[in-house]
Amino acid sequence: MSTTPFPAGPIQRCEGRAVVVAGDDIDTDRIIPARYLKCVTFDDLAAGVFADDRRERAGEHPFDRPEHQGASLLVVNRNFGCGSSREHAPQALMRWGIRAVIGESFAEIFFGNCLALGLPCLTADHDTVLALQAAIAADPSAVLQLDLEPATVRFSAGGKARQWPLTLAEGPGRMLVSGEWNGTAQLVAHDSELRATAARLPYLSGFAAA
Amino acid sequence: MSAGTLYDKVWEQHRVADLPGGATQLFIGLHLIHEVTSPQAFAALDDLGLSVRHPERTVATVDHIVPTTSQARPFADPLAEEMLATLEGNCARHGITLHGLGSGRQGIVHVIAPELGLTQPGMTVACGDSHTSTHGAFGAIAFGIGTSQVRDVLASQSLAMGKLKVRRIWVEGALQTGVYAKDLVLHVIRRLGVKGGVGYAYEFAGPAIEALSMEERMTLCNMAIEGGARCGYVNPDAVTFAYLKGRPHAPAGDAWERAVAWWSALASGPEAVFDDEVVFDAAAIAPTVTWGITPGQGIGVDETVPTLEQTEADERPLTEEAYRYMDLRPGTPIEGVPVDVCFIGSCTNGRLSDLRAAAAVARGRHVAAGIKAFVVPGSEQVAAAAEAEGLDAVFRAAGFEWREPGCSMCLAMNPDRLEGRQISASSSNRNFKGRQGSATGRTLLMSPAMVVAAAVSGHVADVRRLITAPTTPDPATTRA
Repeated sequence: MSTTPFPAGPIQRCEGRAVVVAGDDIDTDRIIPARYLKCVTFDDLAAGVFADDRRERAGEHPFDRPEHQGASLLVVNRNFGCGSSREHAPQALMRWGIRAVIGESFAEIFFGNCLALGLPCLTADHDTVLALQAAIAADPSAVLQLDLEPATVRFSAGGKARQWPLTLAEGPGRMLVSGEWNGTAQLVAHDSELRATAARLPYLSGFAAA
Repeated sequence: MSAGTLYDKVWEQHRVADLPGGATQLFIGLHLIHEVTSPQAFAALDDLGLSVRHPERTVATVDHIVPTTSQARPFADPLAEEMLATLEGNCARHGITLHGLGSGRQGIVHVIAPELGLTQPGMTVACGDSHTSTHGAFGAIAFGIGTSQVRDVLASQSLAMGKLKVRRIWVEGALQTGVYAKDLVLHVIRRLGVKGGVGYAYEFAGPAIEALSMEERMTLCNMAIEGGARCGYVNPDAVTFAYLKGRPHAPAGDAWERAVAWWSALASGPEAVFDDEVVFDAAAIAPTVTWGITPGQGIGVDETVPTLEQTEADERPLTEEAYRYMDLRPGTPIEGVPVDVCFIGSCTNGRLSDLRAAAAVARGRHVAAGIKAFVVPGSEQVAAAAEAEGLDAVFRAAGFEWREPGCSMCLAMNPDRLEGRQISASSSNRNFKGRQGSATGRTLLMSPAMVVAAAVSGHVADVRRLITAPTTPDPATTRA
């Protein structure tokens, strides 16, 4: 289990070994089964990450394989994080040690939850993701360097380096790089704008006569 | 880019500011909270030294963790008790209304907000629950959020959001007898896929949609998220207004007319432009059942489990995984697959009209030997209404258990769960691996009437052969 602190401030780069969890449509019930949601803090969620899949594969799940212990980059396929909106899913991944995710595509609520926690989710096309997953399988000890600006991942093993381009939407990219991904303060600061918006919504006054 | 749709109009009305990161700050008109995704948000609010900006626009209930047999406090499960106690404390401290157990208004959050008239057309609705899309049935823009966003809404009554594209799903024709909104949405997801809606809001429109009751529209929008669309909606119309009129939080008196005028003007007009459009024929849809491990792996009850050759190349690994997990072979007719547990309830299908449709099939029949079957009303109000018309007696006489309201076996955060390799016929929304509480448990999604057909037959069965006379019509729950 990682003791790396959660991110704070600008996030420009993530370096570390990678772990692949292959397959499309891996939903958040699989990332963390519902029974682990019976809690009032996120503190103990690392134990629940992929709990049922890991039990089923009896030590052979990538999150249990010795070569992937301490990995900080997760590489997945299509529609990762679909289903339930539970933020427990990225929380569990992060508490295991994951600090960035690369995949073919992400479910929207999951992507937003990750962004709010400073966990970058970057995408690449099918062939790139497969090539990256193959490279990691061939040398799990390789250290990857993921940059957000420009979005790339660099794979170094045996003195050779390969680099692939990644995609990160402009808005989320800017938020992560600038450190403005945890934006509560920014939302609260727009007090007069919030008041003005509320004033023009008739249902807030019970459709009172103008 | 879409223009002139309800989505565009509601978005503009609620736009607070453009944020430096490129997102829009969107005002949230109604914030619904429950015990699972709010405790950490309140803790974060405390850490930031912030208070709840609009406690009067925040409404709480308890649903996921409540037992459906005895709801006496304290709960037998100390973790469940701690979660509810935490919610009660947070609501009391911040002045938030909590519709708690025994209040007469408790229930699944997506059932109670509509029935109390809290959900209204043209609102933005957020809740830390992906099935918040349900509220789109009223012509609201409603979406699920995570806990950090719950914190943001508590603190600012707003969210940083990116605008979605809009796909119109136009449904021609009329649903056949024995075919329900559940079948329609399972069919849409089957055709467009579980990822097809990512990046989109789904506008459901056309003659078949206009003919749906409000409760059917809720079932439809509820599962938009299963098709990848974070929100789905139906334009408000006379059916919507008839449902809302007289409900506790609905406008009354002169305000009602002003509300109807505002709501009506928000509907997508003939000039509306969509990013994409898909057309379906309602009459061609059969009762639909999922056979696999995503809600997109659905087939008509008269079809067979698809072969790899019948599956798109890029879906084949998932199809093979589903064969193994479900222990179903390609080419097997889905009708006749034996079931162990039959569950009627959930935010998808736990409303009065769902229970009526199920009871109409259960009346005079009995659950097959060896099958556990139970009905969980979506709310205390649904339970009371169903009991007032004797539906509980119909279910009990047919061998079903009649339970207390809650999320129950939809997600197994309470004592209701599958055991081992059990296979369920379920009126809920997700057939993911392990979803119903057993890591190897299996789920077949279908309409409530189809669940009864499975319960009385002992296996998946075509409800169209069991359908008898329709039940008493009610304007709130009957198709126009």
